[in-house]
Amino acid sequence: MSRDVFQPTGQIQLGIFFQGVNSGTIWKAPESGSQTDFESFRHIVQTAERGKFAAFFLGEGLRLREHLGRPHALDVVGRPDAQTMLAALAAVTRNIGLVATQNTTYNDPADLAHRLSSLDLISAGRAAWNIVTTDNAWTGANFRRGGYLDHADRYKHAEAFVETVKRIWDSWETPSGPARHVRHEGQHYTVDVTPRLPRSAQYRPVLFQAGDSPEGRDFAARQADVIFSAHPKLDDAVELRRDIVTRSIAAGRGANAVQIMPASEFILAATDQEAQEKKAWVRSLQIGPQQAVAYLEQFWGRELSSYDPDGPLPEIDPVVEETSETRGSGFHGAKARQLADQWRAEAKDKGLSIRQFVTSRTARVDATFTGSYTAVADHLAEYARVGAVDGFNISPWLIPTGLDDIVNHLVPELQERGVYPTEYRGATLRENLGLETPVRSSGTVPAT
Amino acid sequence: MSSNNNTAGFLAIELDGAGYENLSAAVLAAESAGFHVATFKDSPRDGRVNALQRAAFAGPATRAIAVVPEVDTVYTEPFHISTQLASLDYVSGGRAGWIATAAESPEGAAAVGRSFVSGKALAQEAAASIEVGRRLWDSWEDDAVIRDVATGRYIDVDKLHYVDFETPADFRGTPYSVKGPSIIPRPLQGQLPVLAAASLVGEGLVPVEAVDAVLVSAPTPELLAAEVRDVRARLGASVAVVAELDVVLDSRGETAGSRALTEPEHARFVGSASGLTDLLEALLNEADGVRLNPAVVDVELEELSRLVLPELRRRGALRAPIQDGTFRDVLGLAPTENRYSITAADAAGK
Repeated sequence: MSRDVFQPTGQIQLGIFFQGVNSGTIWKAPESGSQTDFESFRHIVQTAERGKFAAFFLGEGLRLREHLGRPHALDVVGRPDAQTMLAALAAVTRNIGLVATQNTTYNDPADLAHRLSSLDLISAGRAAWNIVTTDNAWTGANFRRGGYLDHADRYKHAEAFVETVKRIWDSWETPSGPARHVRHEGQHYTVDVTPRLPRSAQYRPVLFQAGDSPEGRDFAARQADVIFSAHPKLDDAVELRRDIVTRSIAAGRGANAVQIMPASEFILAATDQEAQEKKAWVRSLQIGPQQAVAYLEQFWGRELSSYDPDGPLPEIDPVVEETSETRGSGFHGAKARQLADQWRAEAKDKGLSIRQFVTSRTARVDATFTGSYTAVADHLAEYARVGAVDGFNISPWLIPTGLDDIVNHLVPELQERGVYPTEYRGATLRENLGLETPVRSSGTVPAT
Repeated sequence: MSSNNNTAGFLAIELDGAGYENLSAAVLAAESAGFHVATFKDSPRDGRVNALQRAAFAGPATRAIAVVPEVDTVYTEPFHISTQLASLDYVSGGRAGWIATAAESPEGAAAVGRSFVSGKALAQEAAASIEVGRRLWDSWEDDAVIRDVATGRYIDVDKLHYVDFETPADFRGTPYSVKGPSIIPRPLQGQLPVLAAASLVGEGLVPVEAVDAVLVSAPTPELLAAEVRDVRARLGASVAVVAELDVVLDSRGETAGSRALTEPEHARFVGSASGLTDLLEALLNEADGVRLNPAVVDVELEELSRLVLPELRRRGALRAPIQDGTFRDVLGLAPTENRYSITAADAAGK
């Protein structure tokens, strides 16, 4: 069979993204637990492992989100360092992959390569790197270099960074050494290092990447093992698969070389109707009245607390030209007045209050699977059948019990349909995802 | 604060030699032997994985022993290491500490493409990183997470603080600033205990107030007690003093002498378990603690566990382990005030 023809595996995998610091995580319910205690992490990762999840993801915190010049107070705030927490979770798990989100802007390639290798060795071949980029000078205020990167350069810089990290990982001629010296002189950094760590049981950490622009997709097609996508709807997912297969082949890789796992949210119950009721409850807790107003304030650049969250959008105009970058990616650079006009018209048209409008904008409309365990299992089986995705990366809305019903009820339904693993396939993340052993960055196949 | 009026001391063991494959077994053996502290080296060496991650792995695997990695302050990001160490405190249930290092390392400089730092500038880098670390740990007050459903506030923003650190005017390295606040709430211990080599601490170096304990080296065991006294005289009673001792013991039918094959790094004891017990009893009379650097972790640990620690306990030379204690408890440190907290009295005066 040609490696240029995509072959569906007929299977899906699940991952969990312990994301935390946004409105998706409910903190107001009585069952909402701590976001920082180790026991929350232990519970959720062990539940995921009981459900044969492939991977456990952690986000990266570089600066706290701000709102009108102060830390944003209305959503969950604060999370641990990803790799430190994952190293600890390696001690209480055996099979699940441990994925650290780490940026290429405020890390050093040699240091990051060393730390990810460390995680990979400590976990006996279960580590992965979720590659993200930032060019945000506001974030840079916490780091030695400050802001230094132009927005246009971020992928160029990221790719040079990733290539360097791969060269460091590939530098051991044999599993036991010796290492070859790695030198890179780039526009933004110089690396001159003799790597100190051997290969892991999975050769090197698995690479995830989440960029969605054409540039980001090409980057992923060249560099990543798995795309952490934003397209969970079936027809969008099929379309993305086609696109990624084309880009992977163009990059000289096989049609199945790059896997796709969209971000998703699950709201499940015994019946469809109960699930819909649960969804209304979840949404009401995700976007409360204060959060709805604050969301608009971010784009208006001014305080709007005198506006009724259950009334229409503010008639006054934003005081800023462009929205600020202080809430992280996706929020900066929008033309504020234009956006306000557009939103007012849309809300009026649909008869939405501030709160309803914000809920409709922030809820993961396309990313949410709502329904009975059996209905959702049937739906997911269809993804497996057509090979639209390789799995789903779940953001739970409740910590630490948010995976319980997925593992207790949805996973068995998927297993019954033959579309989900009943056991871990192997000991490493690479084996469990069914990824090939990487080709050395020098272009030669690694000795085994 | 710790001082030498408490004759019972604590024992630390360096677990570097256990590598990453036998880490669980080694740290559990150290804990059950009664060691108070496990330390993890981090200078570059083939096969040595990141110390902070080894400590993090050891955290949930244990219940009583403190887990204390070396973390470099010169070629690392102060913001990252502060939040990593705070996270270590969470995963270990408040048993984390930090051995802040600043060594001449052309290799470390080249790896991250920075200028080689040497001499007095090393202590400046260490002092700056420790200051950033400590400010960030305080940048969330203990009760900052309020989860107030009525007002919709998860945190009280008045209890989060920008740290606005800037390197001092006489800083020899590349100046930098750190804005804050931290990305993680205040560590369970408030402030993690910070340790550093005694040679890095003092007038014109890392300020003595910046550290909680110092590690003291001497060329031979005979000179160690005097060195401990000198350091105590130089730095005062506010820091705990920990003596460094390399250890090679008679074991498994082989004499220590035949096993002492490498160059010692610190004062080295080579001999029998009973000889070591006597030496440690004497040292613990002078120092607050002793860190043992075993020649081969599992070999020496076996002898230490079987013969040395039980006898030291019998002689009353070791502090009792503290149930569910923190590393601060081991060092006898009082709970810390938060530098950013506004007391009721301050607030009234404003």
